[in-house]
Amino acid sequence: MTAALRFDPIRLPEKCQELRKEVRAFLAEEIAAGTFSPFKPNREDTDVPEFSRKVGARGWLGMTWPKKYGGHERSFLERYVVTEEMRVANAPTRRFFVADRQSGPVLLKYAPEHVKMDILPRICRGEVCFAIGMSEPNSGSDLFAAKTRATKTDGGYLINGTKIWTSSAHIADYMIAIFRTSPPTKENRRHGLTQFLVKMKQPGIQVNPIGQITGQFEFNEVVFTDYFVPDDHVLGEIDGAWKQATSELAYERSGPERFLETYYVLTELVRAVGNKPDARAAEGIGRLVAQVHTMRRMSVSVAGMLQAGKEPVVEASIVKDIGTVWEQQLPHRVRDLAAFVEEEASNRETLEHQLSFAIKTAPKLTIQGGTTEVLRGIIARGLGLR
Amino acid sequence: MSESENIVVETAEKIFGDLADAQTINHDKESKWKAPLWKALSEAGLPLSWVGEEFGGSGASLAEGFGVIGAAGRHAIAVPLAETMLAGWLLAQAKISSPEGEMTVAPASPKDRITLNADGTLSGRARGVPLAKAAKHIAVLATGANSASIALVDAKAVRIEAGLNLANDHSDTVTFDKIAPSIIKPAPKGFDQTALMLMGGVVRSLQIAGTLESMLDISVRYSNERVAFEKKISKFQAVQHNLAKLAGESAAALAAATSAADTIANNVSFADDAVFLEAVAAKIRCSEAAEKGSAIAHQVHGAIGFTIEHILHRYTLRALSWRDDFGSESYWAVKLGERVAARGADELWPLVASR
Repeated sequence: MTAALRFDPIRLPEKCQELRKEVRAFLAEEIAAGTFSPFKPNREDTDVPEFSRKVGARGWLGMTWPKKYGGHERSFLERYVVTEEMRVANAPTRRFFVADRQSGPVLLKYAPEHVKMDILPRICRGEVCFAIGMSEPNSGSDLFAAKTRATKTDGGYLINGTKIWTSSAHIADYMIAIFRTSPPTKENRRHGLTQFLVKMKQPGIQVNPIGQITGQFEFNEVVFTDYFVPDDHVLGEIDGAWKQATSELAYERSGPERFLETYYVLTELVRAVGNKPDARAAEGIGRLVAQVHTMRRMSVSVAGMLQAGKEPVVEASIVKDIGTVWEQQLPHRVRDLAAFVEEEASNRETLEHQLSFAIKTAPKLTIQGGTTEVLRGIIARGLGLR
Repeated sequence: MSESENIVVETAEKIFGDLADAQTINHDKESKWKAPLWKALSEAGLPLSWVGEEFGGSGASLAEGFGVIGAAGRHAIAVPLAETMLAGWLLAQAKISSPEGEMTVAPASPKDRITLNADGTLSGRARGVPLAKAAKHIAVLATGANSASIALVDAKAVRIEAGLNLANDHSDTVTFDKIAPSIIKPAPKGFDQTALMLMGGVVRSLQIAGTLESMLDISVRYSNERVAFEKKISKFQAVQHNLAKLAGESAAALAAATSAADTIANNVSFADDAVFLEAVAAKIRCSEAAEKGSAIAHQVHGAIGFTIEHILHRYTLRALSWRDDFGSESYWAVKLGERVAARGADELWPLVASR
């Protein structure tokens, strides 16, 4: 066998299902209190700091991290349950999601102790928002073409250049970014980039919002002009960011957010067709449910392998590839199936509103966080084709 | 998988490796490979894996048996191993001992019914019964006025009209015309035709997932050998991306099928909605993967893969054929959609997230 792909049938332990009940009860309370609406994925005000603090107070941020940093030393599968319930409920997770999934684990691994003690507990309390500074105007998928420079100076580095497509930079307190500390070498074009922790909302950083085709302003251009980063904000090896990026990708690529982004339209379709659908609607719904079930089994399986200390990099890339392609197609399939829904269906307006937003959102799903093309390249490498 | 499961699966793999080499089978016009393979499988106790020792079987676990089925899928073999296993499993539900030799099951479609008459005979027609022509006995799920029964029927007692599936394997029509079964016993409470269809569907799902693993393997290997435009075709990005998509389909099929098999192996009721979801989602997703995956495998191979001499069709045509057995993906999608709609919109996510 050239490719031994593994997707063990992992089940969520009983304590996860207990936790699920708690999360659902909490979300129901917040919905009742008007904090957010489960029917509105396209909220202008997805940054809800108060909600973020409440989630932190429940102990659902930094769930897998050591207690000494404010974490809760729980399992990845428990975190998985919290993540999927929030996603399906359309909860406003923007403020804490990146920090909890990605930035916190990077700090845990590479930040000096005093930085960890300072920042990680605040992430766990839901107080700080993180952005990720990867793409630049001339380097998107080709991460290692980044040019924004970090020049050594007394006690730190001076940053000059521009990051782009940076989600949440306008509300973020911190950014974890890669900057060029040396030119690439002939042998290794990935050499010369270093990962840094950047404190936002400081002089030397200008954040310019960029409008999206959905009408939202969630990503930005971030311009650095002689911005000073102290030495203790270097994360990991100087010039060696390329060694650090890949191991985190399995976490980033296989979570429930990689196939549930447009899930809400499926729920509303089921509501719209009523409890006695015709064969066309029933078959369409059946096929979509079979897909979401399969995607979830794959995603849970990867979470289980991560929990067991394995590094299922290829499997995780497969989950993101087929998961994002599917969540991109979902609103279009739902639109097809909704074509003959009765005019008087009680949720017709909600469904139409959701569909229009989901169809506009769809193109980004196979671009953000690693394009389909990049993912298929990684899978191809795993198959022994490169 | 536990160590004992590995041993059973390794035994099966070794037998397939020794006696069911794809090239040899493909060039054997007289099917001389079948008898020695069946003999070896029988001597290893594999056809009656799911039959307890007290009923004449080898008493392997459901999980071990599912492992054997997956291996049979990877080798795309068409001796009635999966069918005999399924028949033995069905008979064991009613504590009926399994006879020696090849068996199959009827009905093999959710739309067909075999009915139990008042005089104890069986009537009805079952279409698309896999490998019935090769079977010595047929395990039958018969539907009575109020309950289901399970019967063992001598294949010589029924009328069998030969049919062939896409891969030229027998897929026959079996007619029961007031046939007296050798043995008939009531099915356990709650066990009905749907339970048989779900189990059969999971078996086929595992086999399809197995063929997709092999399609990926064969296609990757071929792309690393074949040179065109002065380089290996595996170096072309378009080919790489197609193979990555094939890996995705193979992975989805494997995940759905092994999850469904694991669910059934853990002694749950077929009447449970979550079990129904697992089983039918596997059949739907594996069938969809069969279509997409086999198209890519053929595309990568070009014309050579379209020849009868090449082994690729052994996998692709079986994967496509197996979609039809025990309910097609369209049939189950309608049933799943109806069940989801009947539960209501707000009960969909709790169902998906129940396990």
